[in-house]
Amino acid sequence: MGKLLLVWRLAAKDLRHNALEAVLLLLAVAAAATTLTLGLALHGVTNAPYARTRAATHGPDVVASVFPGGPNAPGPAKVGELRPLEHAKGVVAASGPFPVTWVVLRGRSSAGAEVEGRSTAPVAVDQPKLTAGSWVRPGGVVLEAGFASALDLHVGDQLRLAGVPLRVVGTAVTAAVTSYGKLCYIGCDDRNVSYGQPGFVWTTTADAARVAHVAKEPIAYFLNLKLADPAQAAGFANRFDASTANAPSAPYLVSWQDIANEDAKVIGNVQLVLFTGSWLLVLLALASVAVLVGGRMAEQSRRVGLVKAVGGTPTFVAMVLVLEHMLVGVGAAAVGLLLGWLVAPTLDGPGAGMLGSAGAPALGPAGIGLVLALAVAVAVAATFVPTLRAARTTTVRLLDDAARTPRRRPMVLKVSAHLPASLLVGVRLAVRRPRRLLLAVFSVAVTASGIMAVLVVHATNAARGLAPNDPQDLRLDQVTALLSVMLVVLAAVNALFIAWATILDTRHAAALVRALGATPGQVTVGISVAQLVPALAGALLGIPGGLGIFDVAKKGGSAVIPAAGWIALMVLGTVLAVAVLAAIPARVGTRRSVAEVLQAEAA
Amino acid sequence: MNENDSADPLVRCRGLRKEYGSGEGMVRAVDEVDLEVARGEALAIMGPSGCGKSTLLHLLGGLDRPTAGELWLGGRRIDRLCERGLAQLRRHDVGFVFQAFHLMDELTAEENVELPALLAGRSPRDARQRARELLGEVGLADRADHLPSALSGGQRQRVAVARALANEPQLVLADEPTGNLDSAATLEVLRLFEDLHTAGLTLVVVTHDERIAATADRLISMRDGALVDETRLVGGTRGNLGDLAGLGG
Repeated sequence: MGKLLLVWRLAAKDLRHNALEAVLLLLAVAAAATTLTLGLALHGVTNAPYARTRAATHGPDVVASVFPGGPNAPGPAKVGELRPLEHAKGVVAASGPFPVTWVVLRGRSSAGAEVEGRSTAPVAVDQPKLTAGSWVRPGGVVLEAGFASALDLHVGDQLRLAGVPLRVVGTAVTAAVTSYGKLCYIGCDDRNVSYGQPGFVWTTTADAARVAHVAKEPIAYFLNLKLADPAQAAGFANRFDASTANAPSAPYLVSWQDIANEDAKVIGNVQLVLFTGSWLLVLLALASVAVLVGGRMAEQSRRVGLVKAVGGTPTFVAMVLVLEHMLVGVGAAAVGLLLGWLVAPTLDGPGAGMLGSAGAPALGPAGIGLVLALAVAVAVAATFVPTLRAARTTTVRLLDDAARTPRRRPMVLKVSAHLPASLLVGVRLAVRRPRRLLLAVFSVAVTASGIMAVLVVHATNAARGLAPNDPQDLRLDQVTALLSVMLVVLAAVNALFIAWATILDTRHAAALVRALGATPGQVTVGISVAQLVPALAGALLGIPGGLGIFDVAKKGGSAVIPAAGWIALMVLGTVLAVAVLAAIPARVGTRRSVAEVLQAEAA
Repeated sequence: MNENDSADPLVRCRGLRKEYGSGEGMVRAVDEVDLEVARGEALAIMGPSGCGKSTLLHLLGGLDRPTAGELWLGGRRIDRLCERGLAQLRRHDVGFVFQAFHLMDELTAEENVELPALLAGRSPRDARQRARELLGEVGLADRADHLPSALSGGQRQRVAVARALANEPQLVLADEPTGNLDSAATLEVLRLFEDLHTAGLTLVVVTHDERIAATADRLISMRDGALVDETRLVGGTRGNLGDLAGLGG
């Protein structure tokens, strides 16, 4: 019991003594825990808003559509082909067929619009639920709520559909089509819709016909079907589509499950980005912890030696170190869980296109356990090597505070002799610890990969032509921006840690070269410049890394390579940022007088 | 007046003071020291531990800045130099020999010796040639490729002396250069210093050992940061180094 108390006391006191390092470590692990929590919290909440909307709107189980003829079946849409479906086996109710056309909407801004003509009377299947205003009337349109929100249109606003002036009389939600931004996932006739993905608009049947006439656009027809067993909708649609595959003018059927899955992709993509990001952050946190703990070991070897000198066994020393980092890990997990729980509702909200609020997502014991285990594992795993080293090093050597003799690099020594003094100092100091160099490369590469992946996502989305103010795009922007900031902050913390650990480790050598005539500026520039090589290597590795992440996350989805200028900016920005960040602790490290350092080392 | 005039002292300080801490906890490590060291002179500084000998040496060599007072080296006032100026001073005008050797563990003897020359901007070839010459002069030509860990204490200190001479300094400062050495190694280093002295180099040596101090031209004693005694040792005791080192050789 007494020993446990002593372990606790030593661990707690050391954490308090090195509060700043402990806080930075906690933040690094907490960042990873937060994103992992977010990813887990979003799992399973994706379909709830669609289900609510479907219930409130008497949503269809199957939507059947016929389109105007293409090259294989010229002529208008054959609405008659929809009629037999109303009486097909298993169908218990229907609404429609409703005429649909595609035109350009001009309001405060312009966008493509899919216009559906409706009667002013309510229908039994797919009666959109008004979120504001009233239902369609002559001259009055109702906008799908997500579309209205994206275009900033409200009840009472004027707009033009193919130049026809109309007034917004309401906004509504529906479960018959996917919410704004992904309306054309099954294909749109977008010959006249030159603004990317369209939004959904309801007008009266007469207004829809007038708009189509003015726009000289053909008309398609949508028929909503209710089945006796909604669960069979996907099978019903698939069987029908398969049986009419060779008939170009035959109706095309989509089940409510297809629509729900497509809607869920909004959050699904966010979830994917968060999961990918959280693993990158976990890797960075691991690097942070390894560098920090390694740096502290160098600094604290004398303290460990004292513990061993007064009878502490290697196991006892290991217990103190592991407990210290477990405390940080548990604290970080708690912070991560709390932040994730607080932030998740802002990311998994249904958006304007769906009903209801997701609220705080549920995170089960398994999820909490996973976050906790991961945070603790990150902290504990990184203490393994230093703990082993502390245990293996003799007590006398620890008390001498003697650092491990750096490995000799004859080639580096030979080459560096030809460099200017700053570089000579920097390169020779940096290569003393090759594992730390590799850690620096790894840390920068992870961050650069994350940033590169974000650039690829943006380039790919831009090439795909998303809808204006697409909520999916906006939400992904938010999440990728958040992740980018976290990656950059964590990488910056790592760069500082690595530079600081290098300075602690090389304080004697740095003081010595200063005693031999190197200026503090030369030492600072040297250490800073020496970080450029791993930074450049890491940034360059980030290019294939980012493409790889995108490829894995999208499971082979085709990536668009960002413009060379953006990639160059990412590489140069990363290298410059690392050099500047390394210069800060390097400069601070050279403030101590040479005599003081050399005397302390000789003591 | 020509600042390099041999009649001028190489080192001159007036009212030199170094304080640490403040208020009641303030410690005056060096207290109003007035000192001159002539060109080519070998000066020994003695005194009990903590009397300020090493601090004074660090101030003379620009490793630390004085709190007050004036300090000249080669006719140039150095107590007001910025850190960069002090670095250049250490690079070109001063060579240090430390009790703990302070060699870089991962560098060979030759690489340690050439380091100051490389820092001073000499070409790698010149620096290497100079290092070989110096190692030859200190009798370690055959140990040039050895790491410090493969050298004896005396050999390490000879490497450190060679390194101190790499940029042909005006002044060599040695802080307890034999403090970590046995008698035989002490003799090796003393002979080396005698050679430097004979060659006309200015030496300031901090030591606890009266036998070492007896080899100097002049001996000053310190207590509580101040100079308390000065003895001129005409001609030193050169030629009897073996006796001095207790080796009878």
